[in-house]
Amino acid sequence: MNANTRIVVIICVVLAGMLGLVAAAPSLYNTFCRVTGWGGTTQRAEIAPGTVLDRKVTVRFDGTVAADLPWSFKPEQVSQTIHIGETALAYYEATNTSDRPIVGTATFNVQPAKAGLYFMKVECFCFTEQVLQPGETMSMPVTYFIDPELTLEDRLDDVREITLSYTFYRDEDAERELLAAHSGD
Amino acid sequence: MSDTAYSAERVAVGGSQHDHDAAHDHKPSFFVRWFFSTNHKDIGILYLIFAILAGVIGGGMSGLMREELKEPGITVLTEFTSQYEEVAKIDGACPGNTVEVFEDSCRVERVPEARIESAKNFYNVLITYHGLIMIFFMVMPALIGGFGNFFVPIMIGAPDMAFPRMNNISFWLYGASATLLMLSFFAPGYGSELGFSGGWVLYPPLSTSMRGPAMDLLIVSLHLAGVSSILGAINFITTIFNMRAPGMTLHKMPLFAWAVLVTAFLLVLSLPVLAGAITMLLTDRMFGTAFFDAARGGDPVLYQHLFWFFGHPEVYILILPAFGIISHIISTFSKKPIFGYLGMAYAMVAIGFIGFIVWAHHMYTVGLSVDMKAYFVAATMVIAVPTGIKIFSWIATMWGGSIDFKTPMLFAIGFVFLFTVGGVTGVLLANAGIDHYMHDTYYVVAHFHYVLSLGAVFAIFAGWYYWYEKMFGHSYNEKLGQLHFWVMFVGVNLIFFPQHFLGLQGMPRRYVDYPEGYQFWHEVSTWGYYITAVAVLIWFATIVEAVLFRRKKGAQANPWGEGATTLEWTLSSPPPYHQFNELPRIR
Repeated sequence: MNANTRIVVIICVVLAGMLGLVAAAPSLYNTFCRVTGWGGTTQRAEIAPGTVLDRKVTVRFDGTVAADLPWSFKPEQVSQTIHIGETALAYYEATNTSDRPIVGTATFNVQPAKAGLYFMKVECFCFTEQVLQPGETMSMPVTYFIDPELTLEDRLDDVREITLSYTFYRDEDAERELLAAHSGD
Repeated sequence: MSDTAYSAERVAVGGSQHDHDAAHDHKPSFFVRWFFSTNHKDIGILYLIFAILAGVIGGGMSGLMREELKEPGITVLTEFTSQYEEVAKIDGACPGNTVEVFEDSCRVERVPEARIESAKNFYNVLITYHGLIMIFFMVMPALIGGFGNFFVPIMIGAPDMAFPRMNNISFWLYGASATLLMLSFFAPGYGSELGFSGGWVLYPPLSTSMRGPAMDLLIVSLHLAGVSSILGAINFITTIFNMRAPGMTLHKMPLFAWAVLVTAFLLVLSLPVLAGAITMLLTDRMFGTAFFDAARGGDPVLYQHLFWFFGHPEVYILILPAFGIISHIISTFSKKPIFGYLGMAYAMVAIGFIGFIVWAHHMYTVGLSVDMKAYFVAATMVIAVPTGIKIFSWIATMWGGSIDFKTPMLFAIGFVFLFTVGGVTGVLLANAGIDHYMHDTYYVVAHFHYVLSLGAVFAIFAGWYYWYEKMFGHSYNEKLGQLHFWVMFVGVNLIFFPQHFLGLQGMPRRYVDYPEGYQFWHEVSTWGYYITAVAVLIWFATIVEAVLFRRKKGAQANPWGEGATTLEWTLSSPPPYHQFNELPRIR
């Protein structure tokens, strides 16, 4: 291999490496957010923790909808004050204000973002897509707890209040599938 | 540079060059020479012509923008919107404002309100294409394609680039890319509005929700420009590593060659990321993926991370070759070797490296955590250290020198001044706390135009005058050149300095209209544009004068005297069609 070919091969390997990194970026980015809780990404848990601490946290609830989604969506309670480690149940209420079935999915995070790693959801309407028939109102539950490990981190000592926020988006692809499935009947 | 004066001592490569009956200067016919060109100097000239054309188009767009912003209200751009539109017949009849009747549609006059809506879109189209053209089709082709191709092989004592045919492909891919960009300008962006109007950064959801073909053409255009630049980068790296003349070690290599080497590495590492990001945009638009669609589990902020991972190195891609040119000019006209040669070379390496780990300072407002912002603030400020090394080394080079204030030197000193102003506002904007207030205001616009529009462009003009006689074989009128500098210097400062005030007062960027309170400084800025336009006309006059009256007179090999020590000054002006048949030996 002559000197020129060698350099070109090395550069091509670097190019392929960078392209590979970009191709992997979306899944790396998701994994990073899920694992570290950066940006207030909440965590999933299968079972509640055994311990309940004395320290209390107020969880506030927030709900918004994207501009093109004809739903009303709001929390049924403004806030809940719970002990750390205690499992709580909160409800959101969504109503389809249009005259056709609509599919929505919700994105979520918490503020302050540093609490994301310790906000554990056991059950959530946001884990799956939601279908609302015309005019239908649905109560959407979320079961959660605050991980007691939060108290082990000094930088979370100032956390007295956590805001849980959801934004519902319209999922037009799922709607088309729904429509296709019905017309196929 | 260092204190090595490059000798013109030749290494005999067997036989005398006169044996070939001066065949080394045998030029092909016009068409073959300029369209199939594989000669690095001809390709360099082609790139410069390309960059001038792109600069005129991109500069014209900014003229339209400044004219519109001269006073509040939308008055100028409405003239560029279509006067008529075609509508379907209602119950077989045409509305009252019809001017022409077709079989099943009517051409009607549009109401002023509709034309104002179109003008708003047109303004955003202008800012988008102005940015893309100036970055990808003006500064990059001029500095890397133009001066890089022409002078890097000569400076390192090489006969040509390592892959001359690939060099040709690089240039013509640029032509294809620019064609697609201009097609995109005239293609539907959304509805019947022409051109993509979402800003040069192509952020989703705008870039995924504007369904017209303008955005798709833009993506393909940027892909081609990226491929072209990557091929060029491979060429430069191979040339610089393998084709340096005997004795030309990396640590004796001129700083412009160093600058282009670092730039080429930045291109190789950053462009694939842009290519990947815009490919994801394309699949989101065309193939139903959801990389950036929050509704289906994607995240638009991911695009911003990918884009700026490319975008921040990109600004150093634009400015590093300028640093190289300025070093040569300041050394030449101070008649001193550059101060701290090695420090200058490795400062560029350091800038290139740090440039890859500061990208999120463009995204302070997306909701980064405080820790993350603290990191990016600190990392960004670190860039001021190697940049400071460069600025102070230029000043130290001038210090105690026998300075000759010729046109290239004026532009070089102008560069140092303007770049420092832009650098200082950059350190200020690096602070996340301040940036929350300044983000997307005219302060940011003023900042990046001081470093790029004024910095990079002044370096391009400095290089143009420095190498004019060398490239074209005749001199230019020194008085006209100096006039060009002074008018331009006044003009560009008048455009952009008031934009700091507008930004501090809260004027957002990318807005076509504003409250009356902002009018004064907007008007001053527009007057600055007029003065700059006159300066560009003076520049054209300089070229015309030189071509008309000086072409016959011939040129000196080295018009600048003892300070000009790099290898291009050992060759005739213009250099022979094939140089260094006998390789120069560097002491």
